[in-house]
Amino acid sequence: MLDRAQEIVSLAVRGGATDAECVGREGEEFSSTVRLGQVESLKEAGSRAFGLRVLIGRRSGSSYTSDFSREGLEQLVNSAIGLARSTSEDPHAGLPEREQLGASPGDLKLYEAEAGELGTEQKIALAQRAERAALDSDPRIVNSEGAAFESFWGTRVLANSRGFAGEYRRSTCSLYVVPVACWEGQMQRDFDYTLAHSSAGLKPPEQIGRQAAERALRRLGSVKAATRRVPVVFEPRAGRTLLESLFEAVNGDSVYRHASFLAGKLGQGVAGPGVTVIDDGLLPGGFGSSPFDDEGVPTRRTVVIQEGMLKNYLLNCYAARKLGLETTGNCSRSLAGSTGIGPGNLFLQPGPSSPEEILASVDEGFYVTELIGFGVNLVTGDYSRGAAGLWIRNGKPSFPVHEVTIAGNLARMFLDIEMIGSDLEFLGAVAAPTVKIREMTVGGI
Amino acid sequence: MFFASRHHFAPADLERYLAEALAQGADYADLYFEYTSSCSLSLDESMIKGATQGIAAGCGVRVLSGEKTGYAYTDELTPEKILRAAQVAARIAAGPSQISQVNVGGQTLAHNLYPVLHPAADADLGQKLELLNRADRAARSFDRRIFQVRAGYADELRHVLVATSDGRVAEDFQPLIRLSVMALARQGANVQRGADGGGGRLSLEFFQAVRAPEDFAREAARQAIVQLEAADAPAGEMTVVLGPGWPGILLHEAVGHGLEADFNRKKVSAFSGLLGRQVASRLCTVIDDGSLPDRRGSLNVDDEGSPTSRTVLIENGILKGYLQDRLSCRILGTAPTGNGRRQSYQHMPLPRMTNTFLLAGQDDPQDIIRSVPRGLYCANFGGGQVDITSGKFVFSASESYLIEDGKLTRPVRNATLIGNGPDVMTKITMVGHDLKLDQGIGTCGKEGQSVPVGVGIPTIKVEKLTVGGVESS
Repeated sequence: MLDRAQEIVSLAVRGGATDAECVGREGEEFSSTVRLGQVESLKEAGSRAFGLRVLIGRRSGSSYTSDFSREGLEQLVNSAIGLARSTSEDPHAGLPEREQLGASPGDLKLYEAEAGELGTEQKIALAQRAERAALDSDPRIVNSEGAAFESFWGTRVLANSRGFAGEYRRSTCSLYVVPVACWEGQMQRDFDYTLAHSSAGLKPPEQIGRQAAERALRRLGSVKAATRRVPVVFEPRAGRTLLESLFEAVNGDSVYRHASFLAGKLGQGVAGPGVTVIDDGLLPGGFGSSPFDDEGVPTRRTVVIQEGMLKNYLLNCYAARKLGLETTGNCSRSLAGSTGIGPGNLFLQPGPSSPEEILASVDEGFYVTELIGFGVNLVTGDYSRGAAGLWIRNGKPSFPVHEVTIAGNLARMFLDIEMIGSDLEFLGAVAAPTVKIREMTVGGI
Repeated sequence: MFFASRHHFAPADLERYLAEALAQGADYADLYFEYTSSCSLSLDESMIKGATQGIAAGCGVRVLSGEKTGYAYTDELTPEKILRAAQVAARIAAGPSQISQVNVGGQTLAHNLYPVLHPAADADLGQKLELLNRADRAARSFDRRIFQVRAGYADELRHVLVATSDGRVAEDFQPLIRLSVMALARQGANVQRGADGGGGRLSLEFFQAVRAPEDFAREAARQAIVQLEAADAPAGEMTVVLGPGWPGILLHEAVGHGLEADFNRKKVSAFSGLLGRQVASRLCTVIDDGSLPDRRGSLNVDDEGSPTSRTVLIENGILKGYLQDRLSCRILGTAPTGNGRRQSYQHMPLPRMTNTFLLAGQDDPQDIIRSVPRGLYCANFGGGQVDITSGKFVFSASESYLIEDGKLTRPVRNATLIGNGPDVMTKITMVGHDLKLDQGIGTCGKEGQSVPVGVGIPTIKVEKLTVGGVESS
C-alpha cells in the first residue's frame, strides 16, 4: 500500500500538482451476532481505498477511489487535479512544512495479531456467553436485542510530496450485549460492552452480560420527574458526551469561524478550578492513539484545559495558520472528505472522589445514565438533551427516571463542575469519570 | 446495462455466483452490485475550500439460511473475488445444496420515479460552484449582521444491480443532489446560527429552475437573525404546535423506527404486538411511500430488488402495518413493502423508512395556533433520536416561538422535546390541511448505516409534550 501511495503522489506531481498527499486504508472486518442463543449473522470481508489531496499553488482538490486498476488510479489523480484548478486561491492552504513532518517513535501497542486468529466458533461463543449471562441473571430479563463479537484489523499509510512516508497497523476487538427487561408492562433495554486491541484484552463475557442486565433492570419502573433546577451527576458513559461536546468547541475549525462558544477564550477561565482536560495521541494502547496524524505530523500530548483555564485549541496545520498558532497534530480525514480535526485520546483528568461520595453530596438531584438526541448548539453553548437515569434523594439513587430533558449552557456547565470522580476508564478515544454539575434544569412533568 | 457493459457480466455469470452462494445448503441468496460516483464542494469564508470527487464500487453477497444471514463483500469486481465472497457468505449454512439451479430473469422495474436525463454527476463543475457563490452572496446581503456563511453542494450517481436466487434482477440508476447553507449572525457578543437546504433525486436544473440557492441562503440567514432576539425556552409539559414540513421528523422518531419489522419480529419495539390496536388519535393516518417522484427518500426498487410502494402504517389511529425487508417477510410470512435498504455494498439490508408522512386533516393552521392559550410553536427542527424499546424519542427545535393567547409572540432558543412514541400520537387533537414534505436533506442512521430519507407533516397540535428549556416557571 505504501509503495502504491508514493506512486500516486509521483503521478500527481507529474500531472501538474505543486504538492500531493495520499492516504491509504486497507482492512478486514469480522462480525458475528447472536440472539437468544442462536447465530443471527456472520460477516467477513476486506476492503481498501486511497484518498488523494493535491495542491496547485494555494488551490486544493481531493479525490478517492476503491478502484485500484490503472484507469482507476489515473482517474483518482485527474479528478483531484481537475478540482484543484477550479477551487479558490486560499492563502492558508498547504501541506505541513518539511520540519513539521514525522512520526512519534516507540510502539504505541495499537496492533495485536491475535485479533485475527481466534476461530469463528470461538468468536460466536464469546457473544453467546455474554448474552446467556444476561438472560440468566434475573427472570425479568425476558428478551434480547442480541450480542455481538466484532473485530477489525487494518493498515493506514500516508505519503506526500514533501518526503513523508509512514504506515501503522491497528486492531480492535469488541463484545457487546443488549438485554431487554420487562416488568408490569414496562419494557427497558440497556447495554454493556468491552473494547480492546485483541480478544485477550476483553473483559470476561459473563461480566459484560451481567452488567448489561443490571443496567436494564434498574430502569424498570421508570417515571417522569417534576420540572425543577437540581444538581446533576453524569455517570462516566454520559459524562463522556460532555467531553465530546468540549472537543467540538475547541476544534480549531469551529474556532477560526467563530462558530464555538470557546472562540477567543484562550487563557481565560472556562471551567471549574478542578477541571483539567488533556488530549494525548500517544497513550500506549489508546483507542485514539497514532504515531502521526492524517497529514503526517507527529501526534502529541496537549493540555486543553488546566485547572479550569483554557490553554490550547486542537488544531491541524490549516486551522493553526488561520489562528496564528502551531498545529497540535490533530489532523483527521476520512477518505472521502477534506482534512478536518479529530481528538487523540481526550479525557477529563480524574479527581479525588469516589462515585458514591459524589452521589452522597447531593440531597435531591438527577444521576444521568443515558442521553439521547442532538440538542447541543456549539455556537451558543445552549444545551438541551433527552435523558434517563436515577433520581438522587438523600445522597442515594432512589428511583429510575425517564422521558425528561436536562438543559443549561455548556459555558456555564463547565464552570459549574463541582466534583470529579476517580473512576476514569477508556471505552473509546474520549473518556470522563463521574462528574457533578452544580445545577441544571430537569424538564419533566 | 451498466454492469453488463462495464464488467462484461452475462446472466450466466450472475447464476454462477448465486449457485456458489447456495452451495452449502442455504435457501436464499442475493447479489448487490454498486458503482457510485460522487462529488462534494464546500464554500467557507467566500472561498471554495473543499472539492472532492470519488468512486466507490463493489459487490455484496448475502446468504439466508432459515433466520441466519451470511454476508461478505468485495471491492474488486472480478469473477474470482465475487466467487470468493460467495463462498465466505455461504458458510452460514451447513448441508447439501437445496437448490439445484438458479435462473435469473429479465429486468423488473415497476416505475421510473426519477427520469433524470442529464445527471448532475456529469454536469460542468463551474455550474455547481456558481450555486455556492450565489448562496454566499445572498446570505451575506440579507442582513449586515450575517458574518459567516458556509455552503455545501453534493451529488451522487449510484448504479445498482440486484440479482436474487429466486430469479429477480433489477438494475437502477439513482441520482441524488443536495445543497445546504449555514449562516452565522452576530450582534455584540451574541452569535447565532441558521441553516437550510434542499435537494432530491433530480438534476442540477432543480437549483436553477425550481429552488434557487438564494432561497436556501436567505432562509438560513433569516433563522440566524431571528435567533438573535430569542429568549430562554420554557421547561416542562405544555401544548406544542408543529409547523408543516420538516417537523415531520416527529413521525420518523416517534412511530417510524418503532414500526420497522426487525424490531417487531424480535418483540423489542414499544409497538410490538399492537397491530390492529389504536396507537394514535383518529385524526392520524401515517404513510411511508418510497414511490413518490423525485424525492430524496424514494427508490425505484429497494436494495433487495423489491419495488418500492406506499405502505399505510397507521390509518385513522389504528396500527395497520410494518416496514418490511425480505428477511422479515420470510420469517413473518408477510409481503415485501420495498423497505429493505442498505448504505452500500459493504452493508446488510435492514428494514428502513423511505418518505414518511402524516396525511392532511381539516383544520386551518391559523385556527390551530389560535386555539392555544399558552404553548410552543415549532417551525424548524434539527435532528432526533429514539429508544425503540422504551419508546422514548427526542427531537430538537431550531426555530420556535411562544404561543400566548393564541398568538405567536417571542422566539425562544433551541430546546429538545421528549415524548413517548405509542403515547404522543394519541395526543394529536388538531391536524391542518397544509401537508408539506421536507425539502430533501434528511439522513437516517440505524445500526451504523446512513440512508437518505424524507418526512412530511401538516400543522398539528399535540396536547402535551415535555419541552426541555431552562426556564422552569
